[in-house]
Amino acid sequence: MTQDENKEGIKGMANPGRYGIERIAYLLMRLTGLGLLGYFIAHVYETSNILRGRMGWDEFLALTQTTEGHIFLVLVIGMCVFHTGNGIRIMLGHGGVGVGKPARPDYPYDPASQNYRHKIGIYSSIVLAAVAMMYGMAVMFGE
Amino acid sequence: MAQVSSIAEEQATTPLSASKSVLLRISRFNPETDESNKFMEFSVPYQKWTTVLEAILDVKKHFDHSVAVRYSCRQATCGSCGMLINGKPRLACFTKISELNSNVVTVEPMNNFPVIRDLAVKFERLFDTHQKIKPYLIRDDTELESDEKEFLQSPEELENFIQFANCIKCGLCNSACPTMTTDSSFVGPQALAQAYRYVADSRDKGKDSRLDIIDESHGIWRCHFAGSCSQVCPKGVDPAMGIQFLRGYLLGFRS
Ligand code: HEM
Ligand code: SF4
Ligand code: FES
Repeated sequence: MTQDENKEGIKGMANPGRYGIERIAYLLMRLTGLGLLGYFIAHVYETSNILRGRMGWDEFLALTQTTEGHIFLVLVIGMCVFHTGNGIRIMLGHGGVGVGKPARPDYPYDPASQNYRHKIGIYSSIVLAAVAMMYGMAVMFGE
Repeated sequence: MAQVSSIAEEQATTPLSASKSVLLRISRFNPETDESNKFMEFSVPYQKWTTVLEAILDVKKHFDHSVAVRYSCRQATCGSCGMLINGKPRLACFTKISELNSNVVTVEPMNNFPVIRDLAVKFERLFDTHQKIKPYLIRDDTELESDEKEFLQSPEELENFIQFANCIKCGLCNSACPTMTTDSSFVGPQALAQAYRYVADSRDKGKDSRLDIIDESHGIWRCHFAGSCSQVCPKGVDPAMGIQFLRGYLLGFRS
């Protein structure tokens, strides 16, 4: 079936190279969404350790005090910030906010929906995520 | 297996003054006999204004008549000649070789459409989904019955949808869409943009029935506003804009 319709499949879906920053944001939104979902499940599992009493809780929490744990948490911070920032942009876009106004198209037909407002939204989500990650690193690796 | 040939100068339709040549790689595939596609390579002379379609037709004329390609208008109007050109969906008749900035031009059939042969793909599903959203004015009365000879519309009302009426059903948007890379049931940006074209038409009264049609699990909700459709559209339709406006109605952002 896939062969039949000459579909690009997941590889084409995840190939961010051809269609500008909007397609990169699409991919990052998916990856961070799935990452956060994974973190959320792990988080529920982690906090359930409290049922093993204080010892179990402390034992598991110690994992986040290692270098690997810090790196993991920095990634979570970045995913959270990008996903939230870009998520707000997408929700507005999905409602038809900031996607431009219909007009008689003229060559070279730059699409109004792919406008600077949304590009700024994407870039600022990335920058905010980077800043938050740096702050997180400073706090966790500091001293 | 590559087969490199070059067009004899006296035969080329491109004028002899053409000093530059480009390596044209054409994907060959017959689903009835072949396991997978193979590329054939041709060295083709070109001018600043030579289109990819003209280069393919040169190859057909001088080297291999059996290359399957669909075209008609040669002026971005009929929507026949969509294909992947250097990896991106474009109209072959609307893409100049010179604008690609590459010594190699690779042409392949569009993705997300079944291949008939070589560069020609089947459009049945595109036309089906287009038809599904009722691409015509829906009203209780008709032009013939009413006293007025025609439905009046102001220039401002026309501006609301004229951009979307530019669609030539070339399918480039459906080929670029990330949802269509995996979902065979998605209604697709072409049809969704046309749903908006009629919903936005002041003469049309079919908004509710069209919103019903696209409000299903493989309908509008599979759009993630990646915008690739709008970036490849050769007519400035901007399907992504129309789709978000439609979703605005369904989400209550617009009325
Ligand atoms: C304030 C916080 C959040 C906002 C504003 C937000 C917003 C969004 C939006 C708008 C989408 C749809 C994107 C699209 O249409 O492509 C989305 C997708 C998603 N979100 Fe969130 N989200 C938030 C928090 C979270 C959290 C905490 C999780 C995990 C537990 C999560 C997991 C996901 C997943 C798995 C997807 C699907 C990704 C995809 O299919 O591309 N999100 N989010
Ligand atoms: S919306 Fe644009 S890309 Fe899509 S079929 Fe119509 S003209 Fe082609
Ligand atoms: S030949 Fe008609 S659109 Fe290219």
